[in-house]
Amino acid sequence: MTDELDRLKAGLRKAPPAPDRAAREAALSAALQSFDKIHDAPQGSADAPRPMPERPKKSGGIAGVLDMLKSLSPARVLAGTTSVVALTVAVIAIAPGLREGPPKPQMPETLGVSSTDPAMVPPSDAPGEQADAQANATTADATAADAARADAQNSPMQKAAEAAPAGAAVDQDGGSVAPRVAQEQAAPVAPAKDMAAAEPMAESYGAAADMTIAENEAPPLAAPAPSGARLRKELGGARNGVAMGNQAAPAASEAVAPDAYRAPMQSPSTEAFANADANPVKAVDAAPVSTFSVDVDTASYAMVRQSLESGYPPVKESIRIEEMVNYFPYAYPQPEGDQPFRPDVTVFQTPWNPGTRLVRIGLQGRSAEVAQRPPLNLVFLVDTSGSMDQPNKLPLLQQALRLVLPQLTAEDQVAIVSYAGSAGVALPPTKATEVAKIGAALDNLRAGGGTAGEEGLQAAYRLAAEMRKDGEVSRVLLATDGDFNLGLSDPEALTDYIATQRKSGTYLSVLGFGRGNLDDAVMQALAQNGNGLAAYIDTAQEARKVLVDQLSGALFPLADDVKVQVEWNPAEVAEYRLIGYETRALAREDFNNDRVDAGEIGSGLQVTALYEVTAPDSAARLTEPLRYGAAPVAGETGELGFLRLRWKAPGASESQLIEAPIPAAETAPDSEARFASAIAGFGQLLTGSTYLGDWGWDEAIKLAEGARGEDPFGYRIEAVNLMRLAKVMQP
Amino acid sequence: MRMETTDENLALAAAGGDRAAFAALVTRHYDRIHGLAWRLTGSAADAQDLTQEICAALPAKMSGWRGDARFTTWLYRVVVNACADLRRRHMTRARAADGWGDWELARQAEIAEARAAQDWLEAAMARLSPELRETVALVLGEELTQAEAGQVLGVSEGTIAWRMSEVKKRLRRMAEEEGL
Repeated sequence: MTDELDRLKAGLRKAPPAPDRAAREAALSAALQSFDKIHDAPQGSADAPRPMPERPKKSGGIAGVLDMLKSLSPARVLAGTTSVVALTVAVIAIAPGLREGPPKPQMPETLGVSSTDPAMVPPSDAPGEQADAQANATTADATAADAARADAQNSPMQKAAEAAPAGAAVDQDGGSVAPRVAQEQAAPVAPAKDMAAAEPMAESYGAAADMTIAENEAPPLAAPAPSGARLRKELGGARNGVAMGNQAAPAASEAVAPDAYRAPMQSPSTEAFANADANPVKAVDAAPVSTFSVDVDTASYAMVRQSLESGYPPVKESIRIEEMVNYFPYAYPQPEGDQPFRPDVTVFQTPWNPGTRLVRIGLQGRSAEVAQRPPLNLVFLVDTSGSMDQPNKLPLLQQALRLVLPQLTAEDQVAIVSYAGSAGVALPPTKATEVAKIGAALDNLRAGGGTAGEEGLQAAYRLAAEMRKDGEVSRVLLATDGDFNLGLSDPEALTDYIATQRKSGTYLSVLGFGRGNLDDAVMQALAQNGNGLAAYIDTAQEARKVLVDQLSGALFPLADDVKVQVEWNPAEVAEYRLIGYETRALAREDFNNDRVDAGEIGSGLQVTALYEVTAPDSAARLTEPLRYGAAPVAGETGELGFLRLRWKAPGASESQLIEAPIPAAETAPDSEARFASAIAGFGQLLTGSTYLGDWGWDEAIKLAEGARGEDPFGYRIEAVNLMRLAKVMQP
Repeated sequence: MRMETTDENLALAAAGGDRAAFAALVTRHYDRIHGLAWRLTGSAADAQDLTQEICAALPAKMSGWRGDARFTTWLYRVVVNACADLRRRHMTRARAADGWGDWELARQAEIAEARAAQDWLEAAMARLSPELRETVALVLGEELTQAEAGQVLGVSEGTIAWRMSEVKKRLRRMAEEEGL
């Protein structure tokens, strides 16, 4: 069994190529020269030793940060750099806490700088006086100096000197972290027992212990940055058992270091979310027409779930209510005849406000038999950059893609392109039935290296174009953790590129994996421009839902550029509010402009939109009627408004129009409508919406529980359980 | 006399400004540095450059030496870090490097090439992630114990053991693919 190991050992033990004699001499003399430079120089002015580079470790904690830095796009590097420098300040902040604990020379091989060596104390050339002074105080204490020295290889003085000039930069990003840290250490920071208790944990869990320490030690830091703790967890990833190979955090250095990065973590969160302020209530007399594009994405719900299940409330910016609502399948009536989809409108009492009504607009895409659908040409564009090397990223992705294969027929073709450093075709176009070949190509994908997304994207599109025959659908499925540098120095050029490719017949869907790095905003932008869906996959279950249950749908578009416009009847509706779809809003004139892109509906999919409307005479009305406005049109009752839908057949350039009045009659909501409204309530509770009044978690849970319906896949009960979790987490 | 002095004492003296002690120390360990650099990078040119770089940086790094660790353990760490640095630089510049350092850049192509060239060692190393490569370079190449390798890499002994079993797994998979 160890044959291969022996062979590797023999290979490695084999004498390395003999060093060139001249090179050897040169190296030795270079060594002596720099020796002389240091030791001949008058004390106090020698170059301080450059700290040895911190080694990236994947065990979460600080490693998460460094790991990310490895493959950051240039624009982010600056922020990242300040964060690394800033964390060195916080390391010093911890030292006084260690003072009370036993000195722990656990890493005796550490190269510390003698604290008594005056050469190492730059008099006061560092601008950050405060940090500097504090560092001096720290090193004056021998024990503390030991402890500080135990922290990795960096000399505390060096850190102080480096950290100080970075203070300004940190200020911009994370809100004056450095001064605050410096002030805090004036008070004894951590009781020794806290540190002692935390340390064993730190050794095995890294980031988890960090949370403990953070609570014990530094409420002032946690307070100004409520998202700090969250992000740390995400980045640490310890809860997922991520990076199993490296979980053993090096004792002292990790016990201190992950704690220390609490401060800088506020700034370089590399998660970016697409969001906009919640839609406000609009007065019909001022804006009678509401226009938006449909959205079949579900990424937001998956991110919310992932957050809640890991024990912290979701970042508000990650919540897009329409995506939460659209995550769930609803039983709407099937379209008749050749229509690709059918609108279904229901009006019912708003659960959270007796004075208003909800208008649910449901669009049901025609379910096509898989056997009858046109052949699919799928190009998997797989991000294999180093950051994908986590169990919930590349391995999950491989598993997910394998799940797709049985759904494909002999007519379908699959190709795989990987991008990391340089893009490569991992699998040329192959019949989907050659499962072994495709599986082997998937197995061969390994994470490592930087990202060259643009090349990968181009290679994927090239393959997709090759595979596409007349009347066929080609789709690129981009799977990434969001850390993809798709030539993003110019995001507009990228989206333009994707839009151009869309017109030539290749669509793009984006599958997001992992957290901490996820550039949700870019994911959204790419998928929206590529006529595709953006989904976030955190579990095998979710992979199945996105890729298998919806395969025949999402991958097979029925209608493109589907736009919804509602004109409200001022006689029946004084105010309205579209719940969600903030990122999908369209201008009124865009509705009839066929050149304006909008969302797609795939086969068998449903799209649901909810309006909350207030009648003119309702006590719940928030706006005053206009004194000089047009008098309400009398007589035209019976219609709340008028629904217009525009859509294009896939590939067509001219849109078709569907029109239907919205009846004013209130009906008893079926379970589909009630569940959709419960999820809308869930999303609004999470975002702290002001429109819910006293309606709270208990009511939302009860409503959702009573509307579970058949729920064959258990999606709805899962949502109920998430609400229960969220209830506990929120005040 | 000098040659019988321990590394640790030489290092202490060198840190205190003893030029002869430093010269002896560097001379004694040049081959060790070079060997590990080669095992980590797989490239003679990179190894040579790195060794020069490390030697030049040693005096500054050693000025804080306090003799509380085995010198070689500390030195190995310096080398491993320098190689990691180099790897990152390569990545940043996104330019191809010689040897298996360009693993990150053109993995698939490289695996194919290495396979074609029947260079088993290169193919095997190319299969491993940087962490695993460092681990085998130390454990197999430098014959450190797992505990020592753990000290160098700043991880626990258990992690080293886990990594070694991971290496075994990957090599076995590779062997299977070769149809052995």
